[in-house]
Amino acid sequence: MPMIELRKVSKWYGSFRVLTECSTSVAKGEVVVVCGPSGSGKSTLIKAVNGLEPFQEGEIIVNGVSVGDPKTNLPKLRAHIGMVFQNFELFPHMSITDNLTLGQVKVLGRSREQAVEKGLALLDRVGLASQRDKYPGQLSGGQQQRVAIARALSMDPIAMLFDEPTSALDPEMINEVLDVMVELAREGMTMMVVTHEMGFARKVAHRVVFMDQGQIVEDCTKDEFFGSPRSDRAQAFLSKILQH
Amino acid sequence: MGEFDWGVIWRYRAALWDGMLTSLQLFAIALAGGVFFGTLLAMARLARWKAVSVPAAGFVNLIRAIPFIMAIFWFYFLTPMIVSKFTGQQGEAVGPFTSAVVAFIMVESAYYSEIIRAGIQSIPRGQPGAAYALGLNYWQSMGYVVLPQAFRNMLPVMLTQAVILFQDTSLVYVVALKDFLGAASKAGQLTGRIVELYLFVAVVFFILCFAASRAVKGLQARLAVAR
Repeated sequence: MPMIELRKVSKWYGSFRVLTECSTSVAKGEVVVVCGPSGSGKSTLIKAVNGLEPFQEGEIIVNGVSVGDPKTNLPKLRAHIGMVFQNFELFPHMSITDNLTLGQVKVLGRSREQAVEKGLALLDRVGLASQRDKYPGQLSGGQQQRVAIARALSMDPIAMLFDEPTSALDPEMINEVLDVMVELAREGMTMMVVTHEMGFARKVAHRVVFMDQGQIVEDCTKDEFFGSPRSDRAQAFLSKILQH
Repeated sequence: MGEFDWGVIWRYRAALWDGMLTSLQLFAIALAGGVFFGTLLAMARLARWKAVSVPAAGFVNLIRAIPFIMAIFWFYFLTPMIVSKFTGQQGEAVGPFTSAVVAFIMVESAYYSEIIRAGIQSIPRGQPGAAYALGLNYWQSMGYVVLPQAFRNMLPVMLTQAVILFQDTSLVYVVALKDFLGAASKAGQLTGRIVELYLFVAVVFFILCFAASRAVKGLQARLAVAR
């Protein structure tokens, strides 16, 4: 059974259809990169996986639980799916340590000491142990995103979702974030990553999903995708972003 | 007319002080109640369910559309009637202070809800999104993530509204509640020194409100630097 499975997921904003019968899956330990032109529905799709974006048709099953089912306890499900956002979304009114412990204490019910210990160990892992008492606004974008990854990991997630984690970063900061993600992937974390970083995809992705206009156009192994994408749209996309 | 007699203020200092205490009490209760219920109203107005947001919007718009002084009158005369309706007994007057408190909390909660609603809306939607993604529920997301930031953004406006609220406490004069202004009026009527007493009231209000406004300004400057 896959860790994450999407079956014919469709979503409308009013009469505008943003997702059309999207089906794909992420197996345990698999890294799936989702790419495609802007406005193709990638972010919407990945946010549907943990129920941040509702959808009207189809089914999403995460670890055996149906996300769209009104009876599903979404907070409980989300507690074990890490998510990293384009704009980091650290809580600006809290110190880095408090950012790392809020979910652990309030959702998982860990003691403050346990949570701090865990949080600081992860902060050390992303190379930012010295920043524990600072506030998000005092860190660079790359540092904030690494803290955000540590925050998500502090919840002991069974899978991680990345929504364009490097798109809001200055070029010189992209690699420090990608390095953390590559390391995670190599450790066997189940990951679904929306990104334009094709270097990352080449390095660690098992599969690549290409989206355009709300549809999944290609869903194939990394080698197939970079070797000979079958659709014209994927070819056009690749030629555009691989030019430089 | 003759000379001003400022000694009248000293002679009635006890009554004036009692009046000021009543004003401050009303102010404190109205402020706390207004912010508390205003927060709930703001959350209700922003709720996804129409059954919650529409009545909240209706209440806020109704209260904001009627003069404050009318709300005070209404509750002064209405509260005893409502009480008698529920208890089945002849409505006993609940007294001007209680009815004024009810009216002030209702009105201030409507005013504050609009400020707090703007504050909540000023927080980028990714913030509650990140809170939900961590597994926090609606109330936790509001309580730990959204409202602390919203209040911080809105603090200057909320304090400005508090200054206005303090001035508005003098409206309870119309239901014969002896607030600061009421006490001064009474003293003025008894002694014929109404001009001195009203001048004194004006000076006290000016000092308190001006000091508060300056404090808000200072706070605004500090928040601007902190950001």
